[in-house]
Amino acid sequence: MEHFPILSAITFLPLLGVLIILSIKGEKEIVKRNARNAALLTTVATFLFSLVLWFSFDKTTAEFQFIEQADWLGGGIQYKMGIDGISVLFVLLTTFIMPICILCGWDTIKTRVKEYMIAFLLLECFMIGVFCSLDLVMFYVFFEAGLIPMFLIIGVWGGDNRVYAAYKLFLYTLLGSVLMLVAMLYMYGVAGTTDIPTLMQTDFARNAQIWLFLAFFASFAVKMPMWPVHTWLPDAHVQAPTAGSVILAGILLKMGGYGFLRFSLPMFPIASMELAWLIYTLSCVAIVYTSLVALRQTDMKKLIAYSSVAHMGFVTIGIFAFNVQGIEGSIIVMLAHGFVASALFLCVAVVYDRLHTRDIDRYGGLVNIMPRYALVFMFFTMASVGLPGTANFVGEVLVLVGIFKVSTWTAAIALTGVILGAAYMLYLYRRVVFGELTKDDLKDMLDLDKREILIFTPLVIFTLWMGVYPTTFLDFIHVSVENLTAQHEASMAAYHATIETIEDAAQAVTGH
Amino acid sequence: MTELFPNLAIASGEIFLSVGAMALLMVGVFKKDSVNMVSWLAVVFMAITLFLTVSISGEQAFTFNNMFVADGFTTFMKILVLVASALAVIMSREFFKLEGDDRFEFPVLLVLSTIGMMVMVSANDLMTLYMGIELQSLALYVLAAFKRDSERSTEAGLKYFVLGALSSGILLYGCSLVYGFIGSTNFSSIASAISNLDQAPVGAVVGLVFVLAGLAFKVSAVPFHMWTPDVYEGSQTPVTAFFAVAPKVAALALLARTLYVPFADMSGSWQQVIIFMSVASMILGSFAAIMQTNIKRLMAYSSIGHIGFALLGLVAGNAEGLRGVMIYMAIYLVMNVGTFVCIMSMRRKEDGMVEDINDLSGLGQNHPAMALALSIFMFSLAGIPPLAGFFAKWYVIVPIVNAGLFTLATIAVLASVVGAYYYLRIVKLMYFDAPAEEFVEQKSYPMKIIATLSAVLVLAFIIPQISSPVLNSAEAAAQKLSQD
Repeated sequence: MEHFPILSAITFLPLLGVLIILSIKGEKEIVKRNARNAALLTTVATFLFSLVLWFSFDKTTAEFQFIEQADWLGGGIQYKMGIDGISVLFVLLTTFIMPICILCGWDTIKTRVKEYMIAFLLLECFMIGVFCSLDLVMFYVFFEAGLIPMFLIIGVWGGDNRVYAAYKLFLYTLLGSVLMLVAMLYMYGVAGTTDIPTLMQTDFARNAQIWLFLAFFASFAVKMPMWPVHTWLPDAHVQAPTAGSVILAGILLKMGGYGFLRFSLPMFPIASMELAWLIYTLSCVAIVYTSLVALRQTDMKKLIAYSSVAHMGFVTIGIFAFNVQGIEGSIIVMLAHGFVASALFLCVAVVYDRLHTRDIDRYGGLVNIMPRYALVFMFFTMASVGLPGTANFVGEVLVLVGIFKVSTWTAAIALTGVILGAAYMLYLYRRVVFGELTKDDLKDMLDLDKREILIFTPLVIFTLWMGVYPTTFLDFIHVSVENLTAQHEASMAAYHATIETIEDAAQAVTGH
Repeated sequence: MTELFPNLAIASGEIFLSVGAMALLMVGVFKKDSVNMVSWLAVVFMAITLFLTVSISGEQAFTFNNMFVADGFTTFMKILVLVASALAVIMSREFFKLEGDDRFEFPVLLVLSTIGMMVMVSANDLMTLYMGIELQSLALYVLAAFKRDSERSTEAGLKYFVLGALSSGILLYGCSLVYGFIGSTNFSSIASAISNLDQAPVGAVVGLVFVLAGLAFKVSAVPFHMWTPDVYEGSQTPVTAFFAVAPKVAALALLARTLYVPFADMSGSWQQVIIFMSVASMILGSFAAIMQTNIKRLMAYSSIGHIGFALLGLVAGNAEGLRGVMIYMAIYLVMNVGTFVCIMSMRRKEDGMVEDINDLSGLGQNHPAMALALSIFMFSLAGIPPLAGFFAKWYVIVPIVNAGLFTLATIAVLASVVGAYYYLRIVKLMYFDAPAEEFVEQKSYPMKIIATLSAVLVLAFIIPQISSPVLNSAEAAAQKLSQD
């Protein structure tokens, strides 16, 4: 397998950008301009590089591809990278969202531009690393390392209450993750290796699985975020600069879902099955409760943040439906949410940059002066609601089909989420865009400029593409997901068989 | 079997450094204004000692009638002690030059206490143990009170002396009990005597607990930590920088050998004690630091917490655990040295040295390089990957989990989350808050080099080429020691 280490190249290319930016010296204005250019160039280059994966990914196998392996810390801990159908699209999503992030902070970030760009490039490196790692320790390192730049991004370039939000994000996530660390150490002790593919084949005892599952759950549930540990998200979103929100909604939240798919489901199948009720309950609560909360918000960003929690509820339900439709649906919902929620935060940013408030009551009647903006915002509102023809629709339908087979009640409650989602999004849209233009300070607001159109265009294209012709994306994930569900069924069958033999033996003993 | 002529080669490092210390004293006394020379000579002597120590390392060897031992473990720990001490001397130069009060006794005392530490690391007998500790401590007492005309410094020295004497008394009492009930002071003899008994005599258990209490004082583990914050705060900063690393390494090495060699078969008795000290230190270290406003006090509590983590490795009582401790101390050294260079750079034109953490406000804008370095150290001390501090914690928690002590491991990681809070506070001050008055630019090249080098090492530990020498030599040494 002597091939070009494409995954390492994609992961560490942003670090090269960091070095370049660090070496920029000179006058303030020039430094700023060059830092912006260098960051944009790096992220675009990374994206172009990652397109290699798009074209040369083998869609017919569930095996890991582009594997790279090297000794790292010894004792079974390796440097191992590889992707399969589940992770490939997340890598591409990351590299795709990053240039948009850099662009959207282009003019609005005026202080410490150099550090800002460095933080984002570091974050990109760590995020890609999370999706490419095939070693527990590596995964954990990348997973946690992302907190450092995110902490700084919110804390340095955030809103008024940024310190509180940054702390909350950091400590919440760290608290969840360290429990996962203990679980990882246990798995390392039992299996003697931290190789993820090997651990997927390892059978952990039922009781151990429950504990391990809960420990991983603590980490992923916070990251996801699931109710009731979602409270850091609205704070973080509101305080973060726009690009931070986009990254948070677009990619960081997906790490939780990815974690469930990569670890919880294949490694702890019995525990996943037995604790599925817990996931269903929490997700249903999340969908209904956070949708209702979203209805009452007066801050645009907060509203979208709560809607994210509701959408992530669909993801977890889909994952724990344990069938192909459910899991494929949840991956599509995650990708779609990556486009749509990012775009919605950008929509908020457009008006925020002009009026410097996110208060919904300060707006109204924008359609009269910003027709292009109204159109774009309308499109993404509809996409978030799940209008047929947009990406969310495909994902949500698949999730609902998947969960309907398993638990009708869960499907019924989740469906109310779709209705509530329509309610809060349309309500938001009406208040901001429609109506008479009565407020004076709105009257001289400018419509979208070229940079903003450039940002929104790719997002619109992908949302439509995924909504109209999802096969392009489903082809990538289908084989891997089928393999995942097949393995899950096999291990459940084996488990039930052992239980039966034990029960038979017990009966035989008592029968005598 | 008694040997007539001890094999001096095994202790050549200690002997050389002792002679060197005397020579330095002479130079200092008879040559006027020779502080600079004495200091740099001390560094050179320590470098030569380092070379000597490394060159004789190899198979395990005993000398002075089995009272003194040299093996891979001692070499590893002595390297850490010598590096930490030499760096402390270098760091002190800039400080004393600016602060005045530049006296040649400082490097001489520091070298003397370093010899004590090396003897501690190599001790294979309760008597060598005590000798080493006393040589080290007496020099340290003086160093703590080095600024004679300062109330705080004298108070620190006195406090340290009184409590240190008490702990030495406890330690001696423990030693005498062990001798009384086991019949030997030699580590190897104690080990074989205990392994021949079905059950260790109660007196020996009591003696062991007293010995542990005495040693716990030296590593400042809870509940024998009370002196640490006051001494750290009261001493002059270079002294604190020295206190924070080298004596801790030496005392922990001594503790490890005491537990692993003579009392290996009594692990049931000491394991609970170590677990208690470790948990209490981690919890107190993380919670008490939250309220601190003085950076040196904060570092004192931080060091208590870190010692708690290092003790975790000893709980497991096997080679894996010992390796964890060794790696922990190596990484701890780098992080702490780097942090203290930054603390020593907190100097204003009018106020001189400042120690309040609020003085770090807005450092990210005033001194970006220093802020970057300090935040790397803070994230590393908090144990956030991919920095070295994470791997330090990783290697002590792995053996704990393998030993099935899940609750302990969970407490440890949760304590590290609490700890992260106060480390983050410093990062927050530096980057999120409005700038305070600027510091004087750090001009000394040695300081800059030390800070840069430590920051790079902390960052680069993740690269196998950097970390594998430490990991491998620790592994080999730990295997060797726990086989005996």
